[in-house]
Amino acid sequence: MRRAPLLPALIFAIIVTQVPFLYTLYLSTLSWNALRPGDKPFVWLDNYVTVLSDSRLRSALLNTVVLTAGAVIFSVILGLVFALLLDRKFLGRGIVRTMLITPFLVMPIAAALLWKHALFNPTYGLINGLFGGSTDWVSSYPKAAVITTLVWQWTPFMMLILLAGLQSQSHEVLEAARVDGANAWQIFTKMTIPHLRQYLELGALLGSIYLVNTFDAIFSITQGGPGTATTNLPYEIYLTMFRKFEYGEASAAGVIVVILTIIVATFALRVISGLFKVEENR
Amino acid sequence: MRARLQNSVWGVVAWIAGIIFVFPVIWMVLTSFKQEADAATNPPSWFFAPTLAQYGQVFDRNITPFLLNSLMASVFSTILVVLLATPAAYALSLRPVAKWSDSLFFFITTKMMPAVAAFLPVYLLVKHLGMLDNVWTMVILYTSMNLPLAVWMMRSFLLEVPREVLEAGEVDGASLITSIRKIILPIVSPGLAATALICFIFAWNEFFLAVNLTATNASTSPIFLVGFISSEGAFLARLCAAATIVSLPVLIAGWVAQNKLVRGLSMGAVK
Amino acid sequence: MPRKLAMATAAAAAGVLLVTAGCSGAGSTGGGSGDSADNTITALMVGNPQMEDIQKLTADNFTKQTGITVKFTILPENELRDKVTQDVANQGGQYDVATVGAYEVPIWAKNGWLHEVSTQAQADSAYDVNDLIKPMVSSLSGEDGKMYAAPFYGESSFLMYNKELFEAKGITMPEKPTWAQVAEYAAKLDDKSKGISGICLRGLPGWGELFAPLTTVVNTYGGTWFDKDWNAQVNSPEFKAATDFYVNLLKQHGQPGAPQSGFTECLNTFGQGKAAMWYDATSAAGTLEDPNASKVAGKVGYAYAPVNKTEYSGWLWTWAWAMPKTTKKADAAWKFISWATSKDYEKLVGEKLGWSRVPSGKRTSTYSIPEYKESAKAFADVTLGSIEHADPTNPGVQPRPALGVQFVGIPEFADLGTKVSQEVSAAIAGSNTVDKALADGQKQAEDVAKKYK
Repeated sequence: MRRAPLLPALIFAIIVTQVPFLYTLYLSTLSWNALRPGDKPFVWLDNYVTVLSDSRLRSALLNTVVLTAGAVIFSVILGLVFALLLDRKFLGRGIVRTMLITPFLVMPIAAALLWKHALFNPTYGLINGLFGGSTDWVSSYPKAAVITTLVWQWTPFMMLILLAGLQSQSHEVLEAARVDGANAWQIFTKMTIPHLRQYLELGALLGSIYLVNTFDAIFSITQGGPGTATTNLPYEIYLTMFRKFEYGEASAAGVIVVILTIIVATFALRVISGLFKVEENR
Repeated sequence: MRARLQNSVWGVVAWIAGIIFVFPVIWMVLTSFKQEADAATNPPSWFFAPTLAQYGQVFDRNITPFLLNSLMASVFSTILVVLLATPAAYALSLRPVAKWSDSLFFFITTKMMPAVAAFLPVYLLVKHLGMLDNVWTMVILYTSMNLPLAVWMMRSFLLEVPREVLEAGEVDGASLITSIRKIILPIVSPGLAATALICFIFAWNEFFLAVNLTATNASTSPIFLVGFISSEGAFLARLCAAATIVSLPVLIAGWVAQNKLVRGLSMGAVK
Repeated sequence: MPRKLAMATAAAAAGVLLVTAGCSGAGSTGGGSGDSADNTITALMVGNPQMEDIQKLTADNFTKQTGITVKFTILPENELRDKVTQDVANQGGQYDVATVGAYEVPIWAKNGWLHEVSTQAQADSAYDVNDLIKPMVSSLSGEDGKMYAAPFYGESSFLMYNKELFEAKGITMPEKPTWAQVAEYAAKLDDKSKGISGICLRGLPGWGELFAPLTTVVNTYGGTWFDKDWNAQVNSPEFKAATDFYVNLLKQHGQPGAPQSGFTECLNTFGQGKAAMWYDATSAAGTLEDPNASKVAGKVGYAYAPVNKTEYSGWLWTWAWAMPKTTKKADAAWKFISWATSKDYEKLVGEKLGWSRVPSGKRTSTYSIPEYKESAKAFADVTLGSIEHADPTNPGVQPRPALGVQFVGIPEFADLGTKVSQEVSAAIAGSNTVDKALADGQKQAEDVAKKYK
């Protein structure tokens, strides 16, 4: 009976996510190229062999890690700085906060296109226009270009989480520490950071969940290049599916990604399982 | 006195950071009022005769159906998400079922799977059901996309409800409905609003599924936006105009409700 | 117990699907009215200026004449290609008509995905199918000789140059330059201090971006992707010489940001007067001669595609209207296609929107309309000549196994060309070498060739 309220959501999630996954498992055993209609022979695990022996998948995996970690780390740090700034009282704080959350509200595909065409472009982009030079940001620093765009969009998200963390600090305790002679740096490292730990973990976790799936930015800024410098796993699967039309291989790559995801998720959730425990003891 | 000075110095720093951060958006809006020839210049043109020509072009292309589709997909999926997530969160928090953490884990892992990896079977199934290019398909998919986050957030909000109050209500013989209406709802309604807003934003902005599962009847505004990229002509100013228009609903919603966003994300996240 | 749960889940699943399917019948969208009505067709097209024009003109003309409403979706080239292929290959049936490029038409025709249009085109004497330029027709024909799509506009490639810059240095461009001459001029005209590059060329990864001009260079240097027996030739000396030449020219005298420049970026660079030469599609001329969009209008000279070992080297491309086999409204779709590709439509565009915007390059008769000749006098002759001399069956010095000038007309080429182009683009950026790019390319080409040997 207690389970009743849970069931609709659970059943919905199972149908919409697990049924397609079972179907993916089946597809991954077929040799199926959509451009050659006809039979789709059953080939056991051949697709997995093809995909795993392809060095492109490994480099895509590495790129995914670098892009995700880079974007998450920088946006958490910047978000923390901004949150600390906004935690003080100053003239026009509301306006500054509005300005700082704006990038999060811009449509991601619009943000990606804006950065690529209006800011990074070597001939008429704003960055070279303001600072001179003719650096081609996207092809000289492809990963940094993608990460910059992502950090710009996700810093506000981190900032909002951390700002709430800061505001939940008890002012009496901070005041007491100050009276006891602790300086600002000591208060920050000894009290604020430990207090924020859960919020930092949470921001990093949520950020990773969304950023590991980054597709729009790669698709529109670099097309995975130059070479394969910014081809992450989602984009590599996309290429297999929409350029090679090897549906069997794409499915096999998808299954591998899901397995990796579950492994990483188990680790990541163990990190925040501390959060769960705290609640249970309440 | 010294603290005041310090605060105003940091205030200036904050202002500078804010202006730098918002500048790309300002540049986007400025560019949208230029002619194409002024939009792509080096050095950048700061002074120009503003024109509404680009906005005229955007509306020439009949943007209304795209905005309506986006609105339908976002609003209905958000309603569905809230309806599904709230009871589920209740069963995972106030009245925890056995192994509730496993269920929560399951919800969160479904979110970690890249949409691209699941796309092929979804496409084939949707095609099989004859539901390609249909807004309701997008409603279902956006619901499943946002469900994990919503369950998580709602669960945290429900944990804010003090158990003592709930139990006291039960002793007094209050029915479940009454205690939901009188006790739970007032406490979680800001959180509910924040959850709905976040889900709305993610649904409104979604691009990958929309571009591949819709054609002409159910296309959403991100699809309208990319239609302005041309491989055979200048497009920057028009693209900026279109980007400004399609981002505007979320921008306004986010600006107006930013207090809720701050409280919502944090409270909904930790605890 | 678990079994019961599973059954309940399955039942619920079926329930959800039924309910949602029911909803879809009730009212599928907010925007449309009468979606399933017989007089509405859906069209997917690439976001080029000619397509925007047809969107503007359809309601007041085509719909008024025929009562058929056309709903358009516009997508950028990459998204369009991915999406249409996906839809057609899986018989998704989301479109009644779509713009399809010269590369896909013969392949899809072979797979039986497209309606042939020859029968209807020949039955309609007003359509005047014999007026269509020959290489256009042959590039859109299947192995059975029937046309599977109707050309909307066609293009070849040529060399555009900034006459002011050339005059300032006292250089005269021959009508049919060689690549050696072009490299020499690029070196002379390169002026980094004024922000002017000697030449603008595509470097953006993509078989239809970087490899469109580069494959024509390979052709005229005597190279090819495959010989007629399907032996991969990507690391042959000719292919390598051509690629080395292209990459070095671009590195030494090319535009900044070359590895990310496609057609649009080059159009901008050259249109702002920041490059002395530009080798690209003939369709660029229309925009370059429009004073609202370009700062070099009236100052551009046009020459044939530069050559080395061949007499001509221009590519051949067309965006054509096709009907997928899955359409249930083939009659209405053909009515739209024949209207869009007719002589009358060209006249309509000329009168309503201006003669420079006519979707040209597909009909010989276009080039004898006095108003069109007047508006396009700077480039009309070179354009027509380039298209007529492009030969999709024999573009280089050796027989080819498949159709196509700047591409190889097999389904695997999009992936092969894109992957090799990524590496060549990296070589332009300086993070890779041409040798390595082509060695990897050779391996990938051999893999592809195995299926055909």
